[in-house]
Amino acid sequence: MTAGPAESAFLEHFAALEAGLPGHGLPWLEDLRREASASFRELGIPTTRLEDWRFTPLTTLAKTPFQPAQGAREISPAAIESHTRVIGSAPRVVFVNGAHVPALSSVGELPPGVCISSLASALAREPERIEPHLSRCADHKTRAFTALNTALASDGLFLELAPGAVLAEPLHVLFVQTGEDPPIAAHLRNLVVAGPGSRALLVEHYIGSAQGVYLTNAVTEIIAGRDSRLEHIKLQQESENAYHIAGLSARQEAGSQITSHSLSLGGRLMRFDIQIMLGGEHAHCTLNGLYLARSTQHVDHHTTIDHAMPHTTSRELYKGILDGSAKGVFHGRIHVRPDAQKTNAHQSNRNLLLSESAAINSKPQLEIYADDVRCTHGAAIGRLDEDALFYLRTRGIDLEAARSLLTFAFASDVTGLLPIEPLRESMESFVRDWLSGGQGTR
Amino acid sequence: MLEIRNLHVVVEGKEILRGIDLSIGPGEVHALMGPNGSGKSTLSNVLVGRPGYEVTQGEVRYRGRDLLEMKPEERAREGVFLAFQYPVEIPGVSNAYFLRASLNAMRKHRGEEEIDAVDFLGLIKEKMKLLDIDMSLLNRSLNEGFSGGEKKRNEILQMLLLDPMLAVLDETDSGLDIDALRIVANGVGTLRSERHAVLVITHYQRLLNYLVPDFTHVLIEGRIARSGDRALAQELEQRGYGWLEAEQAQGSA
Repeated sequence: MTAGPAESAFLEHFAALEAGLPGHGLPWLEDLRREASASFRELGIPTTRLEDWRFTPLTTLAKTPFQPAQGAREISPAAIESHTRVIGSAPRVVFVNGAHVPALSSVGELPPGVCISSLASALAREPERIEPHLSRCADHKTRAFTALNTALASDGLFLELAPGAVLAEPLHVLFVQTGEDPPIAAHLRNLVVAGPGSRALLVEHYIGSAQGVYLTNAVTEIIAGRDSRLEHIKLQQESENAYHIAGLSARQEAGSQITSHSLSLGGRLMRFDIQIMLGGEHAHCTLNGLYLARSTQHVDHHTTIDHAMPHTTSRELYKGILDGSAKGVFHGRIHVRPDAQKTNAHQSNRNLLLSESAAINSKPQLEIYADDVRCTHGAAIGRLDEDALFYLRTRGIDLEAARSLLTFAFASDVTGLLPIEPLRESMESFVRDWLSGGQGTR
Repeated sequence: MLEIRNLHVVVEGKEILRGIDLSIGPGEVHALMGPNGSGKSTLSNVLVGRPGYEVTQGEVRYRGRDLLEMKPEERAREGVFLAFQYPVEIPGVSNAYFLRASLNAMRKHRGEEEIDAVDFLGLIKEKMKLLDIDMSLLNRSLNEGFSGGEKKRNEILQMLLLDPMLAVLDETDSGLDIDALRIVANGVGTLRSERHAVLVITHYQRLLNYLVPDFTHVLIEGRIARSGDRALAQELEQRGYGWLEAEQAQGSA
C-alpha cells in the first residue's frame, strides 16, 4: 500500500527536521529517533483493520498533509488567562504550537528537589538525567503515533522529583495550538520522573483556537518511584476541528500511587491510550475519566492496567455522555500476570446516550492468569431514567431542566473527584454549559 | 377543588379504573382505602400525569381546569402534589440542590424571586426539625441509600416546603413505625386549612387515627364501592374488605 498524504508528510519531516530537534548530536537520542522513525515507516498510520483501531477510522486524518510546527506564534497572556485562572498562581509551563514559551511560563521558587523545565532545555543542559528514562515506558515499536512522537517530538515537560520531594501546588502544563493554515502537527513529549516518596500534582492541559484544524500528538511517560504519590489531570479542550492523539504510559514501583483524571471535552477526533504497569507490590492506580461528545465528534479511550506484581490494586471509572451523531469507544484492558496474586481490580464504564444516533462501543477485557485475585467490571450504556425524569417533573422542574439535572449528576461522579476546587467548579460549569447546547466556558 | 367524573384508565391494555367519581373540596381530608390491586395507586399516578396511564373515558377538573391536559410539571406548579409510595433514588443530585430547584421552580411560576441558598437553608432546617429528619440527609444524593422511613419523611418534607393546594399521599404510612407515623401525620396536619385539600391513600386505618378524615371512600376493582365518614374506615378495620367485595360482585352480577 502506498503512503497517504499524512504519512508521506511525516516521513519527509524525519529527514527535514532531524538536525533541528532538541538534543541533536546525542548518539543515544539519534539512535532512538532513527529506530522510532523506522518503526513508523513500517507501521504507517493505523487503519481499522487493526483490532486496536477497529472503531476509529483515521481516514480524514490520513488525507491531511500536516506541516511541521514552525515554533511558537506570539500570543498574549490575556489569550490564555481564562485557562490559567482555574489552576491558580501555581507553577506553569506553556507551549504554543509545540514550542516552549518562557514568556508565558512562570515556575517561580520551587521546593527543594523539584526540577521543572522544558524537555528541550533539559536535553541541552543535562541529557544524562533524561537518557535513563526516555522511551522506557512508551512503546515506540508497536504503536505508530508513539513512534512518530519519539522520532519528531519538538518539546514538552520534564518534571523530576528527588527522593522525598513534594510539589504541593499543582503544576499547570498548557499546550496551545493556534490553528495555522495549512494545518500543522505538534508532537509533544512529557517525562515525569518521581523519586521514592515524592509527591506531585500535574495538570496536562490542551487547548486550541475554536475552528483550527491541527494534530496534537502527545506522549507522557511517568516513572513513579517507590511510595511516590502522583496525581495527573489531563484536560482535553482542543478545537472542534482538531485531531488529538495522546498516550500516557506509567511504570509504578512498589507502594506508589497514581491517580489519573482524564476529561475529554473537545476535538473532532480524539484517542487516548493509557498504559499503567503496576510493577511493584502494593502499587495502586486510580483512573477516572469523563468524555463528552456531540455532533460528529469521535472519542476513543483505550486503557491497559498491567498487574505485574502481587498485592497491586486498581480502580477505574470512565463515564461518557454522547449526543448528536457522536461516536465513542472505550476499551478497558486489565491484565493480571501469573505471579500477581492478591490483585484487586475494579473497572466501570458507564455511558449515557442522549440521542438516537449517538453510539458507543464499550469493551472490557480481563486477562487473568493468577488464581487468588479479585477483579470486577461493569459496563453500561443507557438513556436517562424515565422514572427519575418523571419524579423531578412532579416537583415542578420542567423536562429540559430535569434532563440537564440528571445528565449533570451523571457527570458529577467524575468531575467531583477533581482535586483542585476552582478547576472542579470550572469543569462543572463547562458541563452545564455544554448540556445547554453552549460551547462550554472556554 | 378536584372533580373526578366517570374516570376510566387503562394501563398496559388492562382497564384498572372503571368509572371513578370523586369530589374533593377545599379544607377537606379524604381517605381512599381498598385492597391491593384495587386501583388506588393508579388513581394517584393519573392525577400527577405519569406517562403510560391512558384515560379512556371521563374527566378530571382541578380548580376549574382540565387537569389531564396539563403536563406533570404544570400540575405541580399549580399546586398538585403526590407523596410517592416508592420515591425514586437519584444518584448524583443532592437532596438540598433538588429541594431548592423544586422550590424555585414553584416560586418562578408564581412570579416570585428565587430563594437564595442561605434563606433556603434556614427554611428547610426548620421543616426538617418539625419532621425529625437528620440534617445529614440534605447533603446526600436524593433518596439514595435512604431507609424506607427516611424516604417517606423526605416526601412529606417536600410537601411542607412546596405547600401544595392538593396533596395526595400514596401509602405514606407503609413502612413507618408508630413514632414516625405520628410525626408524619402531624406534618400533614399542618396542611389542614381552608385552602388545602388532602387525599390520603392507604391500605390500613392506622394513619387515620392521627389524621382524621372528613370522608372515607373504598375502592374495589376500579370503582368506588362505598363512601362514608370516618366511621367507615373503622368499620373496614374490623370487618376487612371482603363484605364490600362480595356486595360489589353481587351488584355487577
